Amino acid sequence: MMIWLLVAFPALGAALLLTSGRRSDRHGHLVATAASAASFVWGLVLFFRLLARDSGDRTVTESLFTWISTGQGPGSFHVEMSLVFDPLAALFVLLITGVGTLIHVYSIGYMEHDERRRRFFAFLNLFIAAMLVLVLAGDYLVLFLGWEGVGLASYLLIGFWQHKPSAAAAAKKAFVVNRVGDIGMALAIMLMFKEFGTTEIAAVGDSVAGTAASTITVLGLLLLLGACGKSAQVPLQGWLLDAMEGPTPVSALIHAATMVTAGVYLIVRSNAIFDASETARTAVVVVGLVTLIAGAIIGCAKDDIKKALAGSTMSQIGYMMLAAGLGPAGYAFAIFHLVTHGFFKANMFLGAGSVMHAMDDDVNMRHYGALRTALPVTFATFGLGYLAIIGFPGFSGFFSKDKIIEAALAHNVWVGLAAVAGAGITAFYMTRLVTMTFAGQKRWREEVHPHESPRVMTVPLIVLAAASVLGGLLVLSDWITDWLEPVVGHTEHHHVEILGAEWPPIAVSVLVTAVVAAGVALGWFTYGRKPIASETPERVSVLTRAARADLYGDTINEWVAVRPTVTLARGVAWFDQFGLHRAVTGFVTLIGDGAAAMRTWQNGFVRSYALGVFVGALVLTLGLLAVIWR
Amino acid sequence: MITLLALVPIVGALLVTLLPRASRGQQLLARHVALGASGVALVVALVIAARFDAGEGGYQMVQEHAWIEPLGATYSVGLNGIGLALVLLTVILTPVVLLAAYRDELPGYRSANSYVAWMLVLEGLAILVFTATDAFLFYVAFEATLVPIYFLIGSYGGEGRQKAATTFLLYNLLGGLLMLAAIVGLYVVSSDAGEASYRLADLANLPFAEDTERLLFLGFMAAFAVKAPLWPFHTWLPEAAASATPATSVLMVSVIDKVGTFGMIRWGLELFPGAADWASPTIMALAVVSIVYGALAAIGSTDIRRLVAYTSVSHFGFIILGIFAFTQTSTSGSVLYMFNHGLSTAALFLVTGIMISRRGSAEISAFGGVQKIAPVMAGVLLIAGLSSLSLPGLAPFVSEFLVLAGTFTVNVPLAVIATLGIVLAAVYVLVLYQRTMTGPLVEQSRVVTELTTREVVVLAPLVVIIIGLGLFPQPMLDLVNPAVAVVLGGLP
Repeated sequence: MMIWLLVAFPALGAALLLTSGRRSDRHGHLVATAASAASFVWGLVLFFRLLARDSGDRTVTESLFTWISTGQGPGSFHVEMSLVFDPLAALFVLLITGVGTLIHVYSIGYMEHDERRRRFFAFLNLFIAAMLVLVLAGDYLVLFLGWEGVGLASYLLIGFWQHKPSAAAAAKKAFVVNRVGDIGMALAIMLMFKEFGTTEIAAVGDSVAGTAASTITVLGLLLLLGACGKSAQVPLQGWLLDAMEGPTPVSALIHAATMVTAGVYLIVRSNAIFDASETARTAVVVVGLVTLIAGAIIGCAKDDIKKALAGSTMSQIGYMMLAAGLGPAGYAFAIFHLVTHGFFKANMFLGAGSVMHAMDDDVNMRHYGALRTALPVTFATFGLGYLAIIGFPGFSGFFSKDKIIEAALAHNVWVGLAAVAGAGITAFYMTRLVTMTFAGQKRWREEVHPHESPRVMTVPLIVLAAASVLGGLLVLSDWITDWLEPVVGHTEHHHVEILGAEWPPIAVSVLVTAVVAAGVALGWFTYGRKPIASETPERVSVLTRAARADLYGDTINEWVAVRPTVTLARGVAWFDQFGLHRAVTGFVTLIGDGAAAMRTWQNGFVRSYALGVFVGALVLTLGLLAVIWR
Repeated sequence: MITLLALVPIVGALLVTLLPRASRGQQLLARHVALGASGVALVVALVIAARFDAGEGGYQMVQEHAWIEPLGATYSVGLNGIGLALVLLTVILTPVVLLAAYRDELPGYRSANSYVAWMLVLEGLAILVFTATDAFLFYVAFEATLVPIYFLIGSYGGEGRQKAATTFLLYNLLGGLLMLAAIVGLYVVSSDAGEASYRLADLANLPFAEDTERLLFLGFMAAFAVKAPLWPFHTWLPEAAASATPATSVLMVSVIDKVGTFGMIRWGLELFPGAADWASPTIMALAVVSIVYGALAAIGSTDIRRLVAYTSVSHFGFIILGIFAFTQTSTSGSVLYMFNHGLSTAALFLVTGIMISRRGSAEISAFGGVQKIAPVMAGVLLIAGLSSLSLPGLAPFVSEFLVLAGTFTVNVPLAVIATLGIVLAAVYVLVLYQRTMTGPLVEQSRVVTELTTREVVVLAPLVVIIIGLGLFPQPMLDLVNPAVAVVLGGLP
């Protein structure tokens, strides 16, 4: 089926652009966009081929070559560079290359005046290639290759404007925090090798039955740690907000639509492991729930439009995690929400980019206002994204979020109600964001003359807006659950019971919609009806202050991890140079001094040598006598 | 064939010393000749590799001649996959290093002739060390490598070179002395058992008493632990690296230090399997200390050369950990690690060496924003750094993961602690990159100009191999797997 071609296009594009030098500055962006588009087209072809097959026969595995092998015997390590194209991978391929290509197109306009635009596109292509390896991998180690590859691309793109110290610091932070998660991934793969003798995803899934439950739980928790890093879930969430230092298309593609959802993908892909461990699933639910609420709260307090959206991303991925933690009842809905979120969040991030483009790269929403007339296309597309994320009936987010909340309520009423509350907060902060940006009075700085973005940027917005509206069609007649069934198993139909009474699905929808409406109303009355200060108010509640400080996540990291490590490292470096080394050389010096002292005896006078010989003989004789007489 | 390979650089060195050295132009000729000699050695080595049967785990292309008959010492050389991997590393790096050192400023108008001649001598001796199958021959070659390095550091290094050279010599002589005692001990045991012999094949069959075996093993290990360098015997390395030229540092850390870990396999595991088994828990624990301690010291370093040296202390910890975990996976991984680390550290030493020589300072704080004026240099530093932190897709990842996965199957706690090293590695690499390359361009960093064509030619092959072996490591693994299987098969 030539699955590898999917990866080859963007990989080749990246290699070409990185090595060809300035000559390709003029057309580099076109090459990269074409590579991504080619991958999308090939993805479509493969998708339809898969669709034509029987539902039981929709897994195609291709092994390209033996990547790593330490021999044939028992205990040897063997990894094939294998790619698997199945219903789950197919959805991801289309999402990544589809949204990816649109963002390539958008970036042609957005990065037009950047002198390093060619390199930007090379990194984007590198990202697409790595992300495809991640979702197509047939072996956990190959998945890890893609996993770290997207981490590298993310590092390069967050820090793309390297001359800004804040961007460079944010890039480093993202990489290091992700590495903490990677410990989990790496140890999980080692544990698989130890327990099952293989790291092939399918084989690991088959080996789960018949393995000690505690081992499976540990495996699940280690994978969750990896997922937390990549998907910015509590406690490894801190890097995502800083990652907004990257150019906005990057935030849309990597830090909203695709890479940050890799953790969710990992858990769904490892469904065999999570199915077998209640504890691991519960941990996933808790992480998802905590992040869902934390991200939403942070989103409420940010004046930086990108950071508000980043908080929202955290929160929405929390929903997906929560769904994935529900097991077979939720896997398909996690992926469904992942796809619709990919559409509407990419749409809104690119919309935010369009706004920034108009406002001379100002990100402070307090300097916006009344942009609906200046940026009509951006306003319209952003508005559709807004309706999708808050879950306005009929829009994609309505279906995908509703399904998750329904499943959560069926699983546990309190978890479900927290998810409902999250939907309300989402409605509030998104209303706040839209109102501050597009409605109300102008609060523009001087010399800012907003203008609508060029066609090359608005067309991708329109396409994504359409997808945000129509994404809900995927669930029509349960298409997505049926499609994913060969991978994640049968999705059970769940019954929501509250206070002993069974609730029909429509009642849940009404409840959620009512809470959302309340959130919208609160947001409108707080921000839409009153003039907004163009400076950030200082006198605010404790909660707002905490939310502005990202709920003190960075402060905790600083005191728990960063400072102790740096202090220890400095201590070790000092000790090594001046402590340990001195101790050893001191010993050597001692020998040297001893030798120097003895050298004085070697003065060339025969009489002193004779004395030496005499003293020596005397000592020897006395010694011998002492031994004999004893 | 092997003897020829070892002789090519030695003859080249003699030739170079005979060449005139009065003017810079004449010295340039000497450099050309040296580069040519190392090129010939590379070709010979490639021919050997082509004729080598990778499926065979034993020694091939064996040559034996009588040497010092009363001692039982013979001139015998041979290659197995492990030795060949390291020979290849040596012959690949020597021309790279010679070319990299073309414009090295030598102190006190010393001539380049001897500088490059010592490097060639070192190459020849290294080949002999990796191919010797006679303990006495190994010992002689092993100790002989101290001489070129002593002069390379002491005569051609930077500030503090003489102290560094002396420290280097004292440490290594002390280790070597204990090994000499073990060599003498081997003679005693071997002549007691019949006819005295130092041939590896004969020694491996000796009936050692348990205590004797352990003592002899420790004698060898003392020399190897200093060389490798294993914590706490490592403190000479940062000193030496901080005073040596980048070229010398590469030869010392990438090639000669590998003799330590290589010796642990050939003269530790192969010769004293019982004692190696007995000592393995202690050595593995020290290795893990090396990993964490080296990484922390690297994070805490303010001098770039010391930082790179400490990263190597950490990496050698991984190599030693994998060797003494005694699994096919980890030990194969360790051998591959030796090769990969040689390349990645060479790239790191060379590119930072270029930065340092342009700036005239090795302090991290002396740099800032360099990528703005030297993007290619920044790119190479990043790739070298990423390979040092074992990013998947680059060669060192494969070997590091094999070491960890293999170790994990026999000792979970140590493997888990060692895995923490991957976070520390990310910190020391990215902090170095961030401080030197990103941010606004610091005024004093303007002198750090972009790589020249020669420098690109030097670094490009390293980068290409690092990426190539990251995606296609199997040819190297096929080379080392059978030999490792043979070595591990001899263990209890």
